[in-house]
Amino acid sequence: MSDAAVSAHDLSLVFQSADTPVTALQKVNLTIARGEFVSLIGPSGCGKTTLLRVIADLERATSGTITVNGVSPEQARLDRAYGYVFQAAALYPWRNVLRNVMLPLEVMRMPAAERRERAMKNLELVGLQGFDTKYPWQLSGGMQQRVSIARALAFEPKLLLMDEPFGALDEITRDRLNEQLLRLWERTGKTVVFVTHSISEAVFLSNRIVVMSPRPGRILEVIDNRLPTARQLDVRETPEFAAVAHRVRVALRAGHSYE
Amino acid sequence: MSEPVRRAAPVALVVAALLLVWYAMAVWLNAPQVIERLDGFGAPWGARELVAATWSMERPVLPAPHQVALNWWQSVFDADIDSPRSLVFHAGVTLSATVLGFVLGMLLGVLIAIGVVYNRVLDRGLLPWIIASQTIPILAIAPMVVVVLGSLGYPPLMSKAVISMYLCFFPVAIGMVKGLRSPDVLQLDLMRTWSANGPQILAKLRLPAAVPFLFASAKVAIATSLIGAIVGELPTGAQAGLGARLLSGSYFGQTIQIWSALLMASLLGVGLVAAVALVERLVARAMGARA
Repeated sequence: MSDAAVSAHDLSLVFQSADTPVTALQKVNLTIARGEFVSLIGPSGCGKTTLLRVIADLERATSGTITVNGVSPEQARLDRAYGYVFQAAALYPWRNVLRNVMLPLEVMRMPAAERRERAMKNLELVGLQGFDTKYPWQLSGGMQQRVSIARALAFEPKLLLMDEPFGALDEITRDRLNEQLLRLWERTGKTVVFVTHSISEAVFLSNRIVVMSPRPGRILEVIDNRLPTARQLDVRETPEFAAVAHRVRVALRAGHSYE
Repeated sequence: MSEPVRRAAPVALVVAALLLVWYAMAVWLNAPQVIERLDGFGAPWGARELVAATWSMERPVLPAPHQVALNWWQSVFDADIDSPRSLVFHAGVTLSATVLGFVLGMLLGVLIAIGVVYNRVLDRGLLPWIIASQTIPILAIAPMVVVVLGSLGYPPLMSKAVISMYLCFFPVAIGMVKGLRSPDVLQLDLMRTWSANGPQILAKLRLPAAVPFLFASAKVAIATSLIGAIVGELPTGAQAGLGARLLSGSYFGQTIQIWSALLMASLLGVGLVAAVALVERLVARAMGARA
């Protein structure tokens, strides 16, 4: 099991709020192999973001065990094993694009020349060559989010954790970025854990789709997606795509009683 | 109207109104003395003589604007710069204490803010004392500071700077605490995902985020620092500085001299705040602010 990118057993997390404890995660069991693209999908409050934050050591589980690259999440964080992309780009406004991408490398004390080279390479990877001296306010929302992806990739982590990275963007931009992300994943072979509440985004991007349900947050079903790799956007018009999307929708509905 | 005229017109209007009120006040406040004197001459006098006399007294209760302006002009441009008759000399003495006190106050304020943000004990324990320190009238403390530091052998410049620092660290500390806490959760979470250490988070996130807050505080601080330096010159019988000039003016009833020193102090204050604003603009440009 130690060669899994993420491995969680009976993972639970209870937040102690003022009046009643809130069970954000209950007995979550999940193994993600290296090189997989896994989406976590579910309605708000189902714990998908919490699970991602536990993997990233931004939250601590209250019971159960979890390993990331075979070690504890804290050790994985200290090893700089993952890059994290948030829903908002969260660029530092006083740094230009290049210096934003170099920031994690500065924190990791990489020599200046190498820092610059790495940052330029990753900006090219997300299609932003020539924008290195622009400031965040000069970029569109989609471009800002691409900068934040370049920043997460800059120190070449094996694992990429993405928390609804395209949730705040318009659909046209989102489609294009989805396709770019897929190409990026195919080229780099990274493990991606991707939180979303869009069914078509999840089906389009992932090998496996983890369907979650709220109160308490738990995994309902893990759906294998056998659509061929090297997908283009128009794969979404095929009956095979519709069939997988239908399975996800049924699973989501099963967990949601609308009471 | 052309653009510069349109922008200058309201300012000119306000200045004209103020001058008008000032001249009227000068007539009103100086009239009793003038009337007494005119009556003493026994010659008949009218409104024309009254007004002319109230605007040209040697020691008026309220000098007229042109008297102040003339005195200011003479003591700035006609006196030798290193003589005690020169306002430039006195302004220079006060300026050095102001700038030194401002620099010390900025350092102290920033250090206190970092302590308060990073240390729970300081957050709870220090802030009430800082606030209490500002409720004590500076006039009560200034003589003690001067006496204590003087007896320890420090030059007057140092005791004045310490009084300035005491006044101006406060807005800096308050502004910086807010500024250092201004980064949002995502920006802080990012630093955590990179396993950044405390000093890195301070240097690469909290301090740059606090820069706009620092400049807002600095503009208040430089003005209070000037007040501190002038107040520091009052209780010491200082021979030099705008405060000393005010003191000797009031000692000898030289009201025109007092007002021209006040004019100098306010010009100095405007200049200092403008200088801070200029640095702010340059720094903002270097930090990628919208033009």
